[in-house]
Amino acid sequence: MIFVNYYKILGIDKKATPKDIKNAYRKLARKYHPDLNPKDKDAKKNFQQINEANEVLSDPEKRKKYDQYGKDWQQAEQFENAKQHQEQSSNYGGRRYSGAQPEGDFSDFFESLFGGSSTAGRSRQVKYRGEDYNAELNLDLIDAYKTHKQTLTVNGKKIRITIPAGIENGQTIKISGHGGQGINGGLDGDLYITFSIANHPKIKRLGDNLYTTADLDLYTAVLGGEITMETLKGKVKLKVKPETLNGSKIKLKGLGFPVYKREGHFGDLYVSYAIKIPTNLTDKQKALFIELSKS
Amino acid sequence: MQKEYLIAVEEFCVSHDIEISFISTLQQTGLIEITTIKETGFIDAGQLQQLEKFIRLYYELDINMEGIETITHLLQRINNLQDEIIALRNRLRLYEINE
Repeated sequence: MIFVNYYKILGIDKKATPKDIKNAYRKLARKYHPDLNPKDKDAKKNFQQINEANEVLSDPEKRKKYDQYGKDWQQAEQFENAKQHQEQSSNYGGRRYSGAQPEGDFSDFFESLFGGSSTAGRSRQVKYRGEDYNAELNLDLIDAYKTHKQTLTVNGKKIRITIPAGIENGQTIKISGHGGQGINGGLDGDLYITFSIANHPKIKRLGDNLYTTADLDLYTAVLGGEITMETLKGKVKLKVKPETLNGSKIKLKGLGFPVYKREGHFGDLYVSYAIKIPTNLTDKQKALFIELSKS
Repeated sequence: MQKEYLIAVEEFCVSHDIEISFISTLQQTGLIEITTIKETGFIDAGQLQQLEKFIRLYYELDINMEGIETITHLLQRINNLQDEIIALRNRLRLYEINE
């Protein structure tokens, strides 16, 4: 466990007055408050640190203890024992900004020195929604193609969610009431799940449309014919027009990706033909090509 | 049909220890909407998260109403830009070579 320099965190020196502490804290709280920096994990971490620093330095009892034993935090227990006969610490504690943050986000150093968070310092005992949780879920394209259920473990709790077909890469869905517990009887926060959908090796997706390439042998491309190809809906037969050019594109209506939350609606599948030139030709085949080239 | 959950403004103010005038000012600036039924103001539960954020900004960070308006506007712009980045990244993936 490392020593945490609360003075340094607030950017003040050891002689700082309560007013200096308050000003430094307010300035930093405005900079790092989670409401002003949504989805910024670094800001959240900084905010927790400054909250912790303020919790200690704005409470004369805690500040005294920190100044006395801070660097020798292991001796804090001894300090506690000696103080046991004395009355409980005063209720003063300065204002600790809630910032959609539940109690308990304190460093090991703090827990060791003060034995957990104190709510006594909150000047506004009001109801607040719990903290919103953010999670990322990795899926592949096939997973995202069908509506399916998945069990997640968020902060030790198992949650079974239904992921609707057609979810987009980077899309976030809200699971109400599965975030942090409300403060002072407030509503529980929400869980936000952001989906990260991995690229498919053969199929690309843009919105509800899919893009893929189908290999075509030279003879079918020239003379026309029929090929079978795999799609996410299964195998389909394609009629190839004679004299099909390399790179030419066809659209297969309704064979694309399911439209999010619109059951039965699908995007389109665009297939580009990649014509494969025959290799390892026999002498006879070569001769035929030569003849063809002269005609 | 989607259900609407309404919370009486007065009840909300008591439980959050705030003045009713604060809610009225938010409504006047267009930051929240109040539904009036039989002369009683109600807040849609869907606005709760945003409203509690405004309370924290105002009462805890001492940001005034103009500041809250500006912050809300800028955060909305950031949000829109982030959505746009996601859409552009997804489009870019079309042209990326699979490794």
